[in-house]
Amino acid sequence: MDGLDAIVALLVATIRAATPLALAAVGELVTEKSGVLNLGVEGMMLVGAVAAFATAVATGSLALALLAAIIAGMLVALLFAVMTLSLMSNQVATGLALTIFGIGLSAFVGKDFIGIPIESLESVYVPWLSDLPLVGPVLFSQDPLVYASVALTFAVSWFLYRTRPGLVVRAVGENHSAAHAIGYPVIGIRYLCVLFGGAMSGLAGAYLSLAYTPMWVENMTAGRGWIALALVVFATWKPGRVLLGAYLFGGVTIIQLHAQGLGVEVSSHILSMLPYLATIVVLVLISRDQTKIRLNAPACIGKVFRPDH
Amino acid sequence: MTAPGVPRLELRGICKSFPGVLVNDRVDLAVMPGESHALLGENGAGKSTLMKIVNGVLAADSGEVLWDGRPVRVTSPAEARRLGIGMVFQHFALFESLTVAENVALGLDAAESLDHLSERIRAVSDGYGLAVAPDRHVHELSVGERQRVEIVRCLLGDPRLIILDEPTSVLTPREALALFDVLRRLRGEGRSILYISHKLDEIRVLCDRASVLRGGRLVATVDPGQETARSLARMMIGTDVPDLTQRRAAAGVETAPLLVVENLDVDRDDPHGTDLRDVSLAVRPGEILGIAGVAGNGQNALMRVLSGERLVARADAVRIAGTPAGHLRPRARRDLGLAVVPEERLGQGAVPDLSLAENALLSAYRHGGLVRRGLVHRRQTHGFASRVIHAFNVIARSSDSAAGSLSGGNLQKFIIGREILQAPRVLVAAHPTWGVDAGSAAAIHQALVDLRDRGAAVLVISQDLDELYTLSDRIAVIAGGRLSESQPTHAVTAEDVGLLMGGLFDSEGGAGTAVRAESAPARMGPSKGGPADVA
Repeated sequence: MDGLDAIVALLVATIRAATPLALAAVGELVTEKSGVLNLGVEGMMLVGAVAAFATAVATGSLALALLAAIIAGMLVALLFAVMTLSLMSNQVATGLALTIFGIGLSAFVGKDFIGIPIESLESVYVPWLSDLPLVGPVLFSQDPLVYASVALTFAVSWFLYRTRPGLVVRAVGENHSAAHAIGYPVIGIRYLCVLFGGAMSGLAGAYLSLAYTPMWVENMTAGRGWIALALVVFATWKPGRVLLGAYLFGGVTIIQLHAQGLGVEVSSHILSMLPYLATIVVLVLISRDQTKIRLNAPACIGKVFRPDH
Repeated sequence: MTAPGVPRLELRGICKSFPGVLVNDRVDLAVMPGESHALLGENGAGKSTLMKIVNGVLAADSGEVLWDGRPVRVTSPAEARRLGIGMVFQHFALFESLTVAENVALGLDAAESLDHLSERIRAVSDGYGLAVAPDRHVHELSVGERQRVEIVRCLLGDPRLIILDEPTSVLTPREALALFDVLRRLRGEGRSILYISHKLDEIRVLCDRASVLRGGRLVATVDPGQETARSLARMMIGTDVPDLTQRRAAAGVETAPLLVVENLDVDRDDPHGTDLRDVSLAVRPGEILGIAGVAGNGQNALMRVLSGERLVARADAVRIAGTPAGHLRPRARRDLGLAVVPEERLGQGAVPDLSLAENALLSAYRHGGLVRRGLVHRRQTHGFASRVIHAFNVIARSSDSAAGSLSGGNLQKFIIGREILQAPRVLVAAHPTWGVDAGSAAAIHQALVDLRDRGAAVLVISQDLDELYTLSDRIAVIAGGRLSESQPTHAVTAEDVGLLMGGLFDSEGGAGTAVRAESAPARMGPSKGGPADVA
């Protein structure tokens, strides 16, 4: 029974560690599919996290807190969109600046909230299903955002590959000049995709401050935004693989934490590297086909689009 | 539907200016129902801008657009499609990673299931003889197939006016003839065609009327059947196109070739490439060898092997001025007297964001003291770039202008001038006048001929047969990675070359061979090994 409990704990922790990565990466995937590279994921997550936490403290409503995180993420993304899409600044530089801005802004706003406890996001309870051994706690007793992250991944996959607006998003990311010539509003479509990415990053941040560790700590994303960015590339811009990569990363993170806790005779620095290594190796192995990578990678990513030239 | 005599599309007094330039200056144009109307003009004459206004991509500053006699405001391509205006773009507006059906769907305004759309694509492509497979990805398609996708996409919108922007610039002669058949059928159905080109012969056989733009103004609307290619060119340029002055170097026939390729086999290095098989050629001093062929038949691989971007194991397979060079890197080959004008102007021939002077330095840095003791000599470099600009009439503000800011024709003149002023013994040029207007093309041709007359060996790879016939002393054909034996230009007809470009020298028997046997005064077979044209 002890063994089963340990496995359940491991799986539950894995899913919880993977959820913020999946949320942020799926949002960034849509942004990148439209041809925009937003390196500010880390910053948007932090702003989302602090907005959610502050709202939760002020109102006591977790629903309002989630809404606040989404809106805050979108506002920061809007700043990025105005800079890169309307003012045509460099996307890489602007994205980096956005992260630094997000770190600073969230620290400033959050300094009054350090050490305040809040009610964390509650797990769902499905009668009968949640009481099953193993699958009950792992699959049917998570908090709503876990289910939302999986549902959103499949929704994004369906949107991109099965709907006409999704086709237009892919077309804009593939060849913005052609899309413009045919008459699609390239800039407008990119605005929407960047905003979606911002909303998802905000949600990912909210998950950290409301559910994963329900408190506010400065810089609490701890590099997860960068992992999400890398996941998108290593998953060759495929939503299903992003989810797989997030779970893999989450799983190895938890296992190596347990290993460190058990005092395994390996340097903790080496163990800390494992999640990164494992994720990269697995995703590189399943996507070795160069042609497929070229087909999935949005060809116009990071390029400035100037209409009429 | 409309009273006879009312133009389907009429433009009245269209003006459009960009900061500092007046691109369209009071242009009037009328296209009748069932008419095929040519729009002629040099690069920068304002043709594309005018078409963008018709297609709703740009708004005119002033002037009127009338459709079936009624004034309309075309504010977007979707609006243009609703009116019945379809556009086939020169640099196709296609998405390489998407399928043909998805590409077509993007060009239609009503949402439609891809299965249903695929059926409609098949119906239209069968109906007009435009073979396209809806489920293939565009990146797998040849240039000709891509154009068919664009045309099918355009036709599915049931347009009453079809605008084609330089549609034959990427086609083989045979593909072009097939396109003309399709266009004649469309015209027969009462659709109007607006045909943009600077290939004057095509316009004379295809179009009922031609409007000529020069410097943003409409200079004439004429019946092209009544004009000569020469008179049309004069209207476009404003002066006569200079004749090519040739001073054929009589000597050189018996001299040793300066560039030799012998039994070259090269495997493709990217999945969409072509293997080269048993390619042999020789170019003597004072000679231009033309290699004809449809793009994608191994020209790219051959260029890379000649320039030294791709090395071959057998040093002897490529010889420059008698020295085995197959294993030499580009710089060593340049030291032997080789100069290269690559196919892609931006990216390969020049770096778009660097200035002309810096671009000149990139290939000429071993020449004339541009670099001293490892340091760039600024004044010399700008001097060299300015000499290129003046000698080749490159229209650019100064040697500080970014290469990417020049028009295609001007940049090509600059690149060719940069190579020629280094006085190469061997020049290899790929598609030297692709997309370049008639005036610039004539200047480039003259420069190549002058270089030849000074005793250099020149190799020109092109798919423009007119160009090869104008320039070459000998012609060979590349198809499927194999090169035919070269023949004196006067001994082969364009038809033969056209057939060979279709790859017919590979298949023994079959209809193509029969046609060739009847019409060919001189047969060109695949090279059987050994230097191809040791007389």
